[in-house]
Amino acid sequence: MENKITVTIDGREAEALPGQTILDVAKAQGIFIPTLCYLDCTTKVGACRVCCVEVEGARSLVASCCMPINPGMIIKTDTKKVRNAQRMIVELLWASGDHNCLTCEKNGACELQNLVYWLEIEKPRFRIDSPGYETETNNSMISRDLNKCILCGRCVRACNEIQVNEVLDFMERGSRAKVGPAFDADYINSQCYFCGECVEACPVGAITFKQARFKGRPWDLKKVKTTCTYCGVGCQIDLNIHDGKIIKVTGNRDSREPNNGSLCVKGRFGLDFVSNPDRLKTPLIRKKKGGELEEATWDEAIAFIAKKFKDIKAKHGSDALAGLASARCTNEENYLFQKFMRAVIGTNNVDHCARL
Amino acid sequence: MAGLAAAFGSGAMTNSIAEIEHTEVILATGTNTTENHPIVGMMVKRAVRQNGAKLIVIDPREIDLVKYADIWLRQRHGTDVAVLNGLMNVIITEKLFAKEYVDARTEGFEAMRKVLEQYTPEYVEKISGVPAEDLKKAARLYAGANKAAILYAMGITQHISGTDNVKSCANLAMLCGNLGIEGGGVNPLRGQNNVQGACDMGALPNVFPAYQAVTNDELRQKFEKAWDAKLDGKVGLTIMEIMEGALSKKIRALYVMGENPMLSDPDLSHVEHALKNLDILVVQDIFLNETAQYADVVLPSACFAEKDGTFTNTERRVQRIRKAINAPGYAKADWEIIAALSDRMGYPMEYKNAEAIMDEIRTVTPSYGGITYERIEKDGLQWPCPTPDHQGTRFLHKDRFTRGLGLFHAIDYIPPDEMPDKDFPMVLSTGRVLYHYHTGTMTRLSAGSTERYPESLVEINPADAARMKIKDGQMVKVATRRGAVKVKALISERPYEGAVFMNFHFHEVPVNQLTNPALDPIGKIPEYKVCAARVEAA
Repeated sequence: MENKITVTIDGREAEALPGQTILDVAKAQGIFIPTLCYLDCTTKVGACRVCCVEVEGARSLVASCCMPINPGMIIKTDTKKVRNAQRMIVELLWASGDHNCLTCEKNGACELQNLVYWLEIEKPRFRIDSPGYETETNNSMISRDLNKCILCGRCVRACNEIQVNEVLDFMERGSRAKVGPAFDADYINSQCYFCGECVEACPVGAITFKQARFKGRPWDLKKVKTTCTYCGVGCQIDLNIHDGKIIKVTGNRDSREPNNGSLCVKGRFGLDFVSNPDRLKTPLIRKKKGGELEEATWDEAIAFIAKKFKDIKAKHGSDALAGLASARCTNEENYLFQKFMRAVIGTNNVDHCARL
Repeated sequence: MAGLAAAFGSGAMTNSIAEIEHTEVILATGTNTTENHPIVGMMVKRAVRQNGAKLIVIDPREIDLVKYADIWLRQRHGTDVAVLNGLMNVIITEKLFAKEYVDARTEGFEAMRKVLEQYTPEYVEKISGVPAEDLKKAARLYAGANKAAILYAMGITQHISGTDNVKSCANLAMLCGNLGIEGGGVNPLRGQNNVQGACDMGALPNVFPAYQAVTNDELRQKFEKAWDAKLDGKVGLTIMEIMEGALSKKIRALYVMGENPMLSDPDLSHVEHALKNLDILVVQDIFLNETAQYADVVLPSACFAEKDGTFTNTERRVQRIRKAINAPGYAKADWEIIAALSDRMGYPMEYKNAEAIMDEIRTVTPSYGGITYERIEKDGLQWPCPTPDHQGTRFLHKDRFTRGLGLFHAIDYIPPDEMPDKDFPMVLSTGRVLYHYHTGTMTRLSAGSTERYPESLVEINPADAARMKIKDGQMVKVATRRGAVKVKALISERPYEGAVFMNFHFHEVPVNQLTNPALDPIGKIPEYKVCAARVEAA
């Protein structure tokens, strides 16, 4: 094992590995340090400073998310000085944009809102100035309201470092700074692949899922973990359910493999088909060749098929029947299907479209 | 899959997706992975941008990955064997191969070496158009790595030489000792959620679950006992042979679960005749798809969000799906429908739920022997997982190949079945685009996908477009010996001059009326990636 370092955090001694940050140690010790710009698996930028802590001997407060520990370091996370600084940071961020929780889709799941509450801030100290950006709603998947953007850069790192799609970056400077695709284009007019990683990375209501708008509050949603139905990667996804409907799809980050919470456009935005009105709802039978398909009960349909299959088997033998199973269905269903063809029909004429 | 099974004894992806991010060299051939498996594409890009991995792309099209590649070998369509043989020729000539590994773990090297002799970089350049110097550079890069992963997909398999292509990938990896190690491997990337599982479960004409041959008396007797039924010992028909059989009335009944051969098969008019010729066609699906239009009985099934079960991903990981919402109307889970039909035919299938089926699967499928719903509640398990205390297998062939020694195959290049000529001077290749999936049944109903990619496009090189006076967005006619379709042109540098690319997602532009149904003799996979075509302004 590598040489461990001992540090003192909030009065208790903690062992950690060289290269770990103060934030890492605090997490391991169960000590909460607020963060905004920190995003797992990406560069630690220390941009928002809300994770600041006191370190004995340091000239000023340090950003715990990117400060590596040293042997003997003495760290304090909840001093008055720390809280005052955190309040100032959060209040300035609050004042920098149009953070109106009443109409915000992120209400209840907003990290800025949570911090205002956690820091017990009664009311904004500074005058709130909305930057006056137009809300971007010209695509059907992702809405952007830069008036709510706190410039944490999480979307930029999600796009460049997690998905490596290299679409988003910062542009302009100072009070005009903002994030977006090249040439300040809207997502729909850019190279954006609509993976939605930026939406999940956004701590506030600046980038949101458009189709989920007004469809259910965060606390209404029930998440059901499942496996994506598209390609062979088998991404672990959370179907966000409200009122018996899929409201949105988010990546499941409890499972590191295979996708560690990342998704693509199909898994993320491709499930409209589930609730499409054209879904088949009842069995259909074409009673005579050339006729129309007519609605039938399960009993009629199953009886019809069973009789035909039995007749053909009796007259022409088992090998006159064939079945195509499916790379779309479950293991259990494929197993049962081939068992049915082999054990009940009596033929090995079973295949699926793996080759296509 | 037949190719890998012949070389190693197992046809599955050898390594795991997560390993891609931490390997030294990635060789991606015949896989447009950023569009077809974007999360694998993401791993490749992260490996390159963040972990210093080197990327070799072998692909006729200038796919997105080319932007991240250190070396791009742009071969002519269907010349993969020549290029792979060329790489191995250089590696052997320059003595860069893993001699100890080859001696200890493989057989068949000498025979292969003899065949490789003629595939000098200069010879390969003549066949493939890949500059000899680039080929040498790529060979040195791949062979120089301590661990290197080969990724491939349908660009390798959908050729008449598909099995040969796969075997060549296996040869290359074995030659450099890249099998049985973390971060190495030969990794077929599966395009459909459960194509691995469907194969594992024996949805194939020649094998029971876990690839146990139907022709093996002992294995068959095991299943006869487990299922309490008399089983047939001769290999059944493949999907193409079933269609042929329907035409000749050898096949009279077809039961289709969750497939749409009327859009995915090569040579669609042929399939249409076949389906119409059946005494009974039963289609079980979530939509009244193109195939269902010909059905005598249509059965409504639940989709993945409406039922419990498992999918097995491309890296052999068995993972849960869970019922989140109710199926519409009277639709039922596919397993419930099969069980009901089986009951009616006098063979009761009494399963309480999907888990009860997995409990049975475990008893007859050795590689799934240790897989239970309880164990995969949080994270999936990768087969082989033979016993309840086995932790699953991240990469195959460690210390020993499934078949014992790895087998080299001596393979010669054969040209595609149909080459461009005077009447059909261009090469047509088909595949998927990012925003759509397979026959489009699902993605075309998504507002986002439709907005981003609303209609079928044919990619045409600017030089060809200029010569034929075709403008971007103009309707063109693409014709082959089998048919013609009208489609909108997308002028793009992605195909090389003389080649066009189309997708198969749009039923209005049924590209499989154009494709060549010539099959790989072993894999029985149609040559979707190359046929001769003519393009003209419509």
